[in-house]
Amino acid sequence: MTPRLQLSGITKRFPGVVANDAVSFSVAPGEIHALLGENGAGKSTLVKIIYGVQRADEGGLAFDGRPVEIHSPKEARALGIGMVFQHFSLFEAMTVLENIALGMDDPPPRRELEGRVREVLNTYDLALDPHRDVHTLSVGERQRIEIVRALLQKPKLLIMDEPTSVLTPQEVEKLFETLRRLASEGCSILYISHKLHEIKALCETATILRGGKVVATCDPREESTRAMAELMIGGSLKDLTGKDAALTGAARLTVAGLSAPGEPPFGTALKDISFNVRAGECFGIAGVAGNGQNELLSVISGERRDGVSGTIAIDGKPITGLSVTGRRAAGLASVPEERNGHAAVPAMSLAENAILSARSRMGLVGGGIIRSGAARRYAAKVIEAFSVKATGPGAAAKSLSGGNLQKFVMGREIMQDPSVLVVSQPTWGVDAGAAAFIRQAMIDLAARGAAILVVSQDLDELLEMCDRIAVINTGRLSEPMDVKGISIERVGLLMGGVHGAHAGGDAAEKAA
Amino acid sequence: MGWKLEPRREESRAMMLAAPVIAVVATLIAGAIVFTLLGENGPGAVYQIFVAPLLSLNRWQDLLVKAAPLAIIAVGLSVGFRANIWNIGAEGQYILGGLAGTGVALQTLDLEGGWILPLMILAGVLGGMAWAAVPAFLKTRLNVNEILSSLMLNYVAIQLLYYLMRGPWKDPEGFNFPQTAMFSADQTLPMAVPGTLIHIGVPIAAALGLTAWFLMVRSITGFQIRVIGLAPDAARYGGFRQASTMWLAMLVGGGMAGLAGVLEAAGPFGQMVPQFPTGYGYTAIIVAFLGRLNPLGILLAALVLALTYVGGESAQTVIGLPAAATGVFQAMMLFFLLATDMLVRYRLTRTTPAPARTAPAAAAGEPSAGSGRPGEPPPPAGDRIQRERTEAAAL
Amino acid sequence: MTVPLAVAIVMSIAAAATPLLIAALGELVVEKSGVLNLGVEGMMLIGAVTGFAVSYTTGVPALGAVAAMAAGALAALIFGVLTLTLMANQVATGLALTIFGTGISALLGAPYVGITTAVLGPIFPAALADHPVLKVVFGYSPLVYVGLALTVAVWWFLKHSRAGLILRAVGESDEAAHAIGYPVLKVRYLAVLFGGAMAGLAGCYYSLVLTPMWAERLTAGRGWIAIALVVFASWRPGWVLIGAYLFGAVMTLELQSKAAGFSFFAPELLASLPYLATIVVLAIISAGRKSAKTAAPACLGRPFRAST
Repeated sequence: MTPRLQLSGITKRFPGVVANDAVSFSVAPGEIHALLGENGAGKSTLVKIIYGVQRADEGGLAFDGRPVEIHSPKEARALGIGMVFQHFSLFEAMTVLENIALGMDDPPPRRELEGRVREVLNTYDLALDPHRDVHTLSVGERQRIEIVRALLQKPKLLIMDEPTSVLTPQEVEKLFETLRRLASEGCSILYISHKLHEIKALCETATILRGGKVVATCDPREESTRAMAELMIGGSLKDLTGKDAALTGAARLTVAGLSAPGEPPFGTALKDISFNVRAGECFGIAGVAGNGQNELLSVISGERRDGVSGTIAIDGKPITGLSVTGRRAAGLASVPEERNGHAAVPAMSLAENAILSARSRMGLVGGGIIRSGAARRYAAKVIEAFSVKATGPGAAAKSLSGGNLQKFVMGREIMQDPSVLVVSQPTWGVDAGAAAFIRQAMIDLAARGAAILVVSQDLDELLEMCDRIAVINTGRLSEPMDVKGISIERVGLLMGGVHGAHAGGDAAEKAA
Repeated sequence: MGWKLEPRREESRAMMLAAPVIAVVATLIAGAIVFTLLGENGPGAVYQIFVAPLLSLNRWQDLLVKAAPLAIIAVGLSVGFRANIWNIGAEGQYILGGLAGTGVALQTLDLEGGWILPLMILAGVLGGMAWAAVPAFLKTRLNVNEILSSLMLNYVAIQLLYYLMRGPWKDPEGFNFPQTAMFSADQTLPMAVPGTLIHIGVPIAAALGLTAWFLMVRSITGFQIRVIGLAPDAARYGGFRQASTMWLAMLVGGGMAGLAGVLEAAGPFGQMVPQFPTGYGYTAIIVAFLGRLNPLGILLAALVLALTYVGGESAQTVIGLPAAATGVFQAMMLFFLLATDMLVRYRLTRTTPAPARTAPAAAAGEPSAGSGRPGEPPPPAGDRIQRERTEAAAL
Repeated sequence: MTVPLAVAIVMSIAAAATPLLIAALGELVVEKSGVLNLGVEGMMLIGAVTGFAVSYTTGVPALGAVAAMAAGALAALIFGVLTLTLMANQVATGLALTIFGTGISALLGAPYVGITTAVLGPIFPAALADHPVLKVVFGYSPLVYVGLALTVAVWWFLKHSRAGLILRAVGESDEAAHAIGYPVLKVRYLAVLFGGAMAGLAGCYYSLVLTPMWAERLTAGRGWIAIALVVFASWRPGWVLIGAYLFGAVMTLELQSKAAGFSFFAPELLASLPYLATIVVLAIISAGRKSAKTAAPACLGRPFRAST
């Protein structure tokens, strides 16, 4: 059978790096083909080349047996290639229908388009209101816009770039049904992911990329997840140590009845959140992005204090009335989700970035004047202790890779020896080596008696390192659950907005 | 084949220093061409404006006297600009500074004492601050864009000046001219160098520039301002509040502009007149940028812009160049500076045609080969792949 | 109130509002594409002087208006090259454009100071245009009608046309628009050029209709008020129309009270009114802004660089 898509010897270089190195593989009609690899393995570059966003330096593509050159996404769509991006190309302040129209090259008049959209929604049993503004939609619904947009063009090849990273387990299951159905109708699917259990459940073939090269092609249903993971990473997996020995003591961080308005313009309000984190404990907050995680973190760190009610206390002493600096003095350290421009100033040196959050606890400022020597020494200590790859304390934060910058930021906070550490997405966009290092550092801090609060969309990460987990949904926090013996299904339902007894029609629709 | 901009991995220090020089040189060349095209004596204009004044010792005095207010205002503005706070109401704050100082002067016309001038100066600073406090209040309390509010107040300040000159403050013995009485000796700036025009505003400007430079580089407040400008979210994370920075920047900017105003009123003018606003508040914006928002650079840039004023005047008398030519030269300088500015963050590279399909695969090399990756785009450029690649390569 | 006075007031409001309306609609389109051009005042001055010079030289005011648009667009092109191609700071570049426009217009206009040109006058027959009552409908310069038509056109373009949808998309998320395959920079260049042409047209209203003569700084900060109007209108063309006519009313108040010899307020206070009114209106609007529907385009003022 003629392959739907054939790649031969695709090479793409960026200054100083080779993103794709002679990559070749093919996808058959109706096949669900996984493209597997770590962050930075070159997956995204490859799909951008297939979709015409970027141009390969060498190598060629063939579509349905014919050699093709794809110069733009438009040409890709004309060939019958549809794409659902990892970071949705959506316009928040516009309606679903407007967004879909923007994604089409030659959209029919509004009425007709709406009819066709409703037809696709019915055919594939997808719930979505074409007239809603995008910013009011959940992440799962947003993804459906992208899918509908792609399906309207009746694609022969659908590329899905990390589609499940932001979905609840139930939404993932629903997505898989749609994809299987599409494949049975003859549409090929190129499924990009690093989540092995999903690939095992969905795909027939997997191409594994590492460092821009194809390192293996296999049938994921036959391989063990561990074997595929090791191929992906190029080494053996290391387990976290010291986890079982964790002893939990008295409550260090106590949050009671916390409510706050959402961040403008599209944020989620926090509603009556209560929990506590004990000494030596890792407490995880799971949830789909945009359910109040950013609000919770910035309210606890003190970055947002307007309209906040309820109490936050460290070791029983309320810190609700304190500023960011006051809370740091009281023993709180925090690391927000975004490294670039939030946890660190990209254009400043690491020494200056040390001053940003460690100045009072580490004595980097005296009498209003910066102690540059002390700042450099502290930054150097962090670089050393957290094996940050950088030219030194004078290196600009933006010259570091994401993983190294994250290690620096985590190190900067952890080495201040806080009694409470609050972290969001500690390993987002970080390679496996750095991720393991960061998780271990948090476990070690907990072992020294600190309380750790981890907010993450990566459920696997939370299950691996936390003692208890609660789920945040539309600004409400569920009851905490012990990780031992936890039911993934229950966590998934909570993520989708099903709270205990309320699992009625409303919830079922949301989960759909 | 063509040219393309490639982001630099770190900002180029050399370009940072070279860009203003390139901009000035480009202005000279383009200015000569443009004015020739407009039917003027282009090269002559450039010579008269930018070279002739430097050859005369007397002109140097003018230069320093004109540079002082520009430098003082621009140093104040640079604090705000660094923090992305766009106070463009310096002209109005300058006028209010002059008016506040004049107000004190008119109340003390019959008095004597060394305390009068310092009191006038204090009043001038406070006057400028008060005028700048309006946009700061509107921004922090009601979220009103400070660009628009501070600019609108410039027009209001001019009307206030006209009103006071026409009515309440008019010199009763001034033959009905709309201007105040001349200031007394105790209300006039002493000369820094006796026998010249160089009043004490000149050393004050230099001292303020040096102080501001030290504070911006070494104080935690300077750090706060830089962080707010570079990454507002990080500033919040670091415990620096946007509102307090806004107040700080507006009050410093307004206070400095007010100081420049009262120094001009008590110095070169020696009274208050309707012609008091000379556009220094706008020109200082150019000075601030040409000086790279660095107080030391601003001291130099103020001299360059003062040159356009002094030279512009002499070009008027010598070759009959219209007065408006000065403004055109100043604006061109800012255009060229903004154009060359991107060379700090980007570099111009020749794009070569894509290598032939048959190029040997060996040329691809190892991904980890790059110890220096000069052309790597910075993460905020919006391409996550690049960021991911960096990680893979660094490990 | 007598009928002639009412007619005079309405006509005076329309006259004061029209340049604000035209310039603000141009700026609205620019900002909707995600670009903040603070050089409106400068482009208006360039349009004003060019319009006057061409009208004076050729004796055809309409030609002056066309030339004013071209000159405004040319000035906007400088802004476009700097901010879009060279990614310069938009705020600083806009200020530079205003300083440049002030200087170059004074330079080019020096020979024309103190002389008058033919007015870009009413287009309807004198029976209508000079009729004591009907002139309230028919007695205007064509630019007044252009302003009203432009409001409808911009509204329709943004709301209902494909190109308008793309322009809004570019202003809402340049990266998403680029990812889908829209030419972000091209869209923004076109918007910036349109904004420049409209600012030029608005500028020549002062030199060809209102005064009609040329003087340095003829537009007296009206370009900045036009920018404020866009904020006031929350980026909605209909509200720009309302806002422009409200400001027209404020300015008419100034003129009428001066004409009536109304001496209770100092003339300087009356002259400050438009600027003070701008501040007050901005304060009311900005403080009340909550809904996403009335928020600024998300990419406003941010430079964009295609990542390929």
